[in-house]
Amino acid sequence: MTDFWIILTGTLVAATCGILGCFLVLRKMAMVGDAISHSVLPGIAIAFLISSSRDSMLMLFGAAVLGLITVFLIQLLQNSGLQSDASIGIVFTALFAIGVIIISRNAAHIDLDLDCVLFGEIAYVQWDTWVWNGYDMGPVAVWMLGGTLLIVLAAIGLFYKQFKLCAFDPALAAAVGIPVALFHYMLMGLVSLSTVASFESVGAILVVGMLIIPAATAYLLTDRLSMMIVYSVLIGAISATGGYYAAKWLDASIAGAMVTVAGILFVLAFILSPSHGLVARLGKRRRMNSAAA
Amino acid sequence: MLADLIRWFTDPNMQWILAGSLLLGLGSGVIGSFTFLRKQSLLGDALAHAALPGICIAFMLSGVKSVGLFMLGAIIAGMLATFGISAITRYSRIKQDAALGIVLSVFFGIGIVLLTKIQHSGNGNQSGLDKYMFGQAASMMLSDVYMMGAVSVLLIVVCALLFKEFKLVSFDPGFARGMGLKVAFLEQLLLLMTVIAVVVGIQAVGVVLVAALLITPAVAARYWTDALGLMVVLAGVFGALSGVTGTLISSTLSNLPTGPVTVLAATALFFVSAVFAPNRGLLAKWLRHLRSRSEVQKYAGRAVVHQSQTVERGTE
Repeated sequence: MTDFWIILTGTLVAATCGILGCFLVLRKMAMVGDAISHSVLPGIAIAFLISSSRDSMLMLFGAAVLGLITVFLIQLLQNSGLQSDASIGIVFTALFAIGVIIISRNAAHIDLDLDCVLFGEIAYVQWDTWVWNGYDMGPVAVWMLGGTLLIVLAAIGLFYKQFKLCAFDPALAAAVGIPVALFHYMLMGLVSLSTVASFESVGAILVVGMLIIPAATAYLLTDRLSMMIVYSVLIGAISATGGYYAAKWLDASIAGAMVTVAGILFVLAFILSPSHGLVARLGKRRRMNSAAA
Repeated sequence: MLADLIRWFTDPNMQWILAGSLLLGLGSGVIGSFTFLRKQSLLGDALAHAALPGICIAFMLSGVKSVGLFMLGAIIAGMLATFGISAITRYSRIKQDAALGIVLSVFFGIGIVLLTKIQHSGNGNQSGLDKYMFGQAASMMLSDVYMMGAVSVLLIVVCALLFKEFKLVSFDPGFARGMGLKVAFLEQLLLLMTVIAVVVGIQAVGVVLVAALLITPAVAARYWTDALGLMVVLAGVFGALSGVTGTLISSTLSNLPTGPVTVLAATALFFVSAVFAPNRGLLAKWLRHLRSRSEVQKYAGRAVVHQSQTVERGTE
């Protein structure tokens, strides 16, 4: 049963992040995902201070608010003429610093382990179960991640066309009357929501890895957005399963192993992808050279 | 509070730590100016995360906690990470930002696997490895401080000696090549120096926040001037100021890690620069906007008068 819950949690994270990651990678905003996953920390800390418990709903809300503030601040700095990478760097480090200070100043009241926030401890997922009417309903994390996945699926499913157009050609999207800014903030809100839902169980770093790596791998395998999303979720699920057994075999961090497996899959696609891989590129170049000669 | 401050200032140990964080801020501010101009600000973040597996492997191979060995491992891992990033962007259609994110999270994931492997192996010597994550300048060993100061001075000296070359490579690599400079070599050297600055900074402010030491002072300095020389000096001064402020505040108040305070000091400097800097600051921009609007209104008023006169004439 342990195996099942951990793999299910990992797969849910991978699916949620994999879908959103495709849009981040296409819009060249992968590092915004990284920034959000770090800067939700003060939101979580403040929610913890207010409720003085691990009240998941309040934490989710606090972190989602902080995620939107992050995106807003990054946009503000960019509009004032700063490079996008520099504005991302300034905003997320400042917010993360505030979060660390809040937590360490109130270390007596906050039962939040900073290590745990960064690395996560997916192995503990099964101990924190949701008991409803005396029935053990399974781990809380699974319910939270499942709910988040449903929200993401609903949002992307309902507005697939709009999100697609915004990802590939924001100018055209604006011209045909799609509220581009609204969808931008909606995407970012979904990213922060999924970051927070995954936070306690898998940690900030795994979220970043799951947002970017499977989506980028899928980007090397296909040219169709719908297929890219499917591949991305599949690759994420394979990494979660493979990572769990690798971690068990090595007796090491599960979250870390999942990201490592995702990295190995990326390297494979990078070299061997039939359309965009290294081998295919070299072969194409050789054919062209021999045709020219 | 004040008595505390005076006590800290006269404590020779503290003087060294202050000097160390001052030099560190200075060095990373200077290097950061170049990375900012080359639009590689987030490289620092990726390199800091990538250092973890290097540190772990150095510990696994040697079995001792030696700062020198850790730095060597971290520098090698950091250089590998830069090669990885440039390979991904050059040989596939994946863009810079995703390449940074991939390298960052994969290296860090491997690092966590190794770290937990070390922790589970029951080697009692490993405690304190996770200090690397958040940094604690106020409780550093004196030998670490010497090392930090020495490396920072080295970075500053190299930057001063090769200033003209770095300037040319940052602004116009093509022209630099035409002048007969070894552009590839200089770019690698700049990358290597960035890696070193990041690795040294990790000890003081931790993995997540070390990127801010490179980015924030440089961006703040950019608001005040258009001349690279002045900008580099200003960025160094801003970095040094935040390093000293961070160390002082965190050592006088309890339960306050150095890294976050240093970063917030730098952010405050950035905020002041963004608002009050002459010419590029928000306030200056706003004033200019107001002035131009009132001028336009004056002309517009005159134009309306003209128009109404012509209209009147027309109706006569």
